[in-house]
Amino acid sequence: MASLKELKGRINSVKSTQKITKAKQMVAAAKLRKAQAAAEAARPYALRLASVVGSLASRVTLSEASPRLLAGTGRDQVHLLVVANSDRGLCGAFNANIVKAAKLKARDLAAEGKTVLFYLVGRKGRAPLRRDFPKAILDTFDTTGVREPGYAEAEAIAAEVLALYDAGKFDVAHLFYGKFKSALVQEPTEQQIVPVPTPTVAVTDGAVVEYEPDEETILAELLPRYLRNQIFGALLENVASEQGASMTAMDNATRNAGELIKKLTIQYNRSRQAAITTELIEIIAGAEAL
Amino acid sequence: MSLLFELVTPARLVLSENVYQVVVPGTEGEFGVLEGHAPFTTTVKDGVIRVWRTPGGAPEEFTVKGGFAEVSARGLTVLAEHVG
Repeated sequence: MASLKELKGRINSVKSTQKITKAKQMVAAAKLRKAQAAAEAARPYALRLASVVGSLASRVTLSEASPRLLAGTGRDQVHLLVVANSDRGLCGAFNANIVKAAKLKARDLAAEGKTVLFYLVGRKGRAPLRRDFPKAILDTFDTTGVREPGYAEAEAIAAEVLALYDAGKFDVAHLFYGKFKSALVQEPTEQQIVPVPTPTVAVTDGAVVEYEPDEETILAELLPRYLRNQIFGALLENVASEQGASMTAMDNATRNAGELIKKLTIQYNRSRQAAITTELIEIIAGAEAL
Repeated sequence: MSLLFELVTPARLVLSENVYQVVVPGTEGEFGVLEGHAPFTTTVKDGVIRVWRTPGGAPEEFTVKGGFAEVSARGLTVLAEHVG
């Protein structure tokens, strides 16, 4: 059995681990609130943009002249998987789940004979995906420089994705991120971003709306914005999900550390008692021998 | 006599209130919107949106980039990627 001193050392080390997990849990809770507020604030723009793009797209008939972002390249061979992960760990299986979803999709596509490429956002997805698909990583986007990814990052990512699309590097793009359901549940989500899937909207009113310059031009102008906003929305969801997952994982870790401390303390007390008893027996035996 | 004017960026709702008149730099030319404007949709040039809260008052100015304006029966909504 471990000595008293060893046990004491272990108890102390678990206690300091518990302090760290508890602190991280509280930080995550505070950040989660902020992330939720940010996601809330982003909703009006996203809703309006989606409704405008949707109503415009329903008016425009697809033709040769249609914007390529809407009509696609006419092929379905090369798929780009944009995988958004977080930069930091200590958030349970959050990143692993997103990576798993992306890998599954990649395997499915590969089984259909398609070419799969990756564009990775965030630090945590790089290692596992690079291990499985060493040649398919097209590019990565670094978000470690900023505290929270915001619209500027979404713009940069969208610009790179659009540049790749214009260069004909891929035909279809999918975006992977963790959708925030609640602090306990984050759902790895896949969403097609290129060609832009047209949002379905109910036609609001029969009013005749004038378009200036014209539907096609406005649509061509709005599609990249819509894409940027989709990516922005995914980044926001990801931040909230990461904090939620982190909070849950750290709550579990704190609880486990508490249990471990309890167990170790019992063991420590037992050993201490055993040592005292042995000492007493020795003294009594000594006195009797006299 | 008021027009509901909303200025929205991806990150937040900048402004949502009833105003008298808004002048927007559309791609096809600057236009002013008062209450009861016909439904109308256009892209917006990078530039300055001027908002009059009261007739004859001093306009408040918003510099927008990557904008888009929609006039509906509800009012005027400007979606802009950046508002400075």
